Amino acid sequence: MGDPVILVAKWLEQLLAGWGLSASQVNVVMTFIGVLVLAVFVLLLDIFMVWVERKVVARFQDRFGPNRLGPFGLIQPIADVIKLLIKENITPAGADRVVFNLAPIMALATVIMLWAVIPLSPTVFGSDVNVGVLYVVAIGAISTLGIIMAGWASNNKYALLGAFRAVAQVISYEVPMVISLMVPVILARTMGINSIVQAQSVWYIVMAPIAALIFLLSAIAELGRAPFDLPEGESEIVAGFHIEYTGMKFGMFYAGELLHALTMGGLFASLFLGGWRGPGAEAYPILGIIYFFIKAFFIYWVIAWVKYSLPRVRIDQMLNLNWKVLTPLALSVLIVTALLDKLLAGAPIVVYVLSLLAANLAILLTTSRLLRRYARSGRQRVAQPAPIATPERAVAISPKQNASA
Amino acid sequence: MTAMPILFTLVAALTLGAALLVVTTRNLVHAALWLVLALFGVAVFFVLLSAGFLAVAQVVIYIGAIAVLMIFAIMLTRRIARDAGPQVNPNWGWALLITALFFGGLVWMVFQWPGALATQPELNPALDTVQELGKALVSPGAYLIPFEVASVLLLAALIGAIMIAWERK
Amino acid sequence: MLNEWLFIGIIFVLAPIFPIAALLIPQIIAPRKPDPLKNQTYECGIETVGESWVQFKAQYYIFALIFLVFDVELVFLFPWAVAYHQLPLFAVIEGILFILVLVAGLVYAWRKGALEWI
Repeated sequence: MGDPVILVAKWLEQLLAGWGLSASQVNVVMTFIGVLVLAVFVLLLDIFMVWVERKVVARFQDRFGPNRLGPFGLIQPIADVIKLLIKENITPAGADRVVFNLAPIMALATVIMLWAVIPLSPTVFGSDVNVGVLYVVAIGAISTLGIIMAGWASNNKYALLGAFRAVAQVISYEVPMVISLMVPVILARTMGINSIVQAQSVWYIVMAPIAALIFLLSAIAELGRAPFDLPEGESEIVAGFHIEYTGMKFGMFYAGELLHALTMGGLFASLFLGGWRGPGAEAYPILGIIYFFIKAFFIYWVIAWVKYSLPRVRIDQMLNLNWKVLTPLALSVLIVTALLDKLLAGAPIVVYVLSLLAANLAILLTTSRLLRRYARSGRQRVAQPAPIATPERAVAISPKQNASA
Repeated sequence: MTAMPILFTLVAALTLGAALLVVTTRNLVHAALWLVLALFGVAVFFVLLSAGFLAVAQVVIYIGAIAVLMIFAIMLTRRIARDAGPQVNPNWGWALLITALFFGGLVWMVFQWPGALATQPELNPALDTVQELGKALVSPGAYLIPFEVASVLLLAALIGAIMIAWERK
Repeated sequence: MLNEWLFIGIIFVLAPIFPIAALLIPQIIAPRKPDPLKNQTYECGIETVGESWVQFKAQYYIFALIFLVFDVELVFLFPWAVAYHQLPLFAVIEGILFILVLVAGLVYAWRKGALEWI
């Protein structure tokens, strides 16, 4: 087999069967152990992510980042965790205690749940459930609820405002995201994510680059990372929905966001970059894990690159981009992909891939033309001479108008 | 599968308990959150029935969209979240009686159906239920008309919602 | 089928346990000295005025409504996408018709100005 994970699993199964457990009991215990191993692995990865994030942002800003504790500062996140653990937890006056404590738990737990459907290698995956793609959307829905709970229970105006902004953003961007997820589903003929990876003899980013781009943008918006970080705009609403959280409770939101970013990278890698696929991955599944994490971390790095390069957009720009650009674009890509897939059903794979790529590029070109025209009209509108405060104008303003302003 | 009845009982108790709390709790936001738990319980039922697609659809639509819409609606209103009025009116006895009658009627109707107590055959594991559903939705012999009507219905709902909530004149 | 869901069921039970454990440790080792002044809500530095229950724009509600309609339609489309390769061209046209009705809704909302943030 050449697969240590499966070897260990087989050995454990035999051990359990030797203890006199029935086949279904062995199955339940093995699944339980699998979940436990996955969750612990993901959480360790999360602690590592704190270091990665700090190093990445430091490099983008021409700094060194943590480099004192351990080699390359690798022990720094452990120190961070200990610091968070011994900090006092402050519950603001008038907060709804139960909901207030439940929200950070949901923030991290929902991200761990996402890993149930992400395949790490041909043999190591939680569940290839036949609704995998929609499962991801469903978990996103539950985590939205966690944001509302955090904002409402804090008894803080800014927290509630931040939560509302966050939810409006997440649910808006869920529309193009769901449509873009449908493109790989059409190409792979299944919703199970491991099956989608198996179907990608050609990476779907070649056949559906626009869907991949839309998924990446909506993923960034769903993460609430810059340039879509309006829910936590520091200058307007302090920190958004987690303003009142201290110590480890804040740590849960922080850890959840970091892990979510990597999870989105993993999802993108699985859906568009061939997941664990790579030379030799079928023969040596352990290689698949390495390929998967290289791709996932690459997308994570792209998300970080965007985050530390672009300024924040305004709320109307955010909503315009979603409803007036991404949603129509995603719908047209879906229709074109569906039609081409049907028309080229019997064609050789090269023709199939190239015509899908050509269609995508044509759509992209048209969209950029339209966007450029739209931007030009916007610039002209803004460039119109605005009324400047001059003494003559000051007289023209009646006292009544002054009061209403 | 002896674990299934236990699991079913647990989830049923959870769902019913949450549903009961929706109507008894005085805090509107808490009521909405209990409703989410009840809806989630229904999703678990779908999973237990091997209807995975319905389960995720339940979570995506009911928790992701409808519950959020309800919480937005609660937040739009002012200060009715902590309602202090009585929770029942004098006719609650009659309401209970009628509800019980309806429930009894439903139970009776279900047992009239011969398949109610029969053990259903196991689904063929090779059968992709989502694929079968997809084929049924667009084949003229099955649910083509409801499928297309649903889209028009949703369009009407969207137009109606915008007319009512957006029109200011 | 149920085997696939077993993993998901167990992860739904186990996933919250880790954050709960992480939140319980500070309960034991972290200091706890609540103080009415410390427990005040933080709002940009000055004492908070009035209730935290502020009234929201109706616009949020509109977006949630539009999202709900889109969400329901898209969930309908997923089985169509999965069964796609087995469908005749006629069924594909039906699916596209379904999407076009969705587009009509989007165009209506756009023209009505319901997508503007004012």
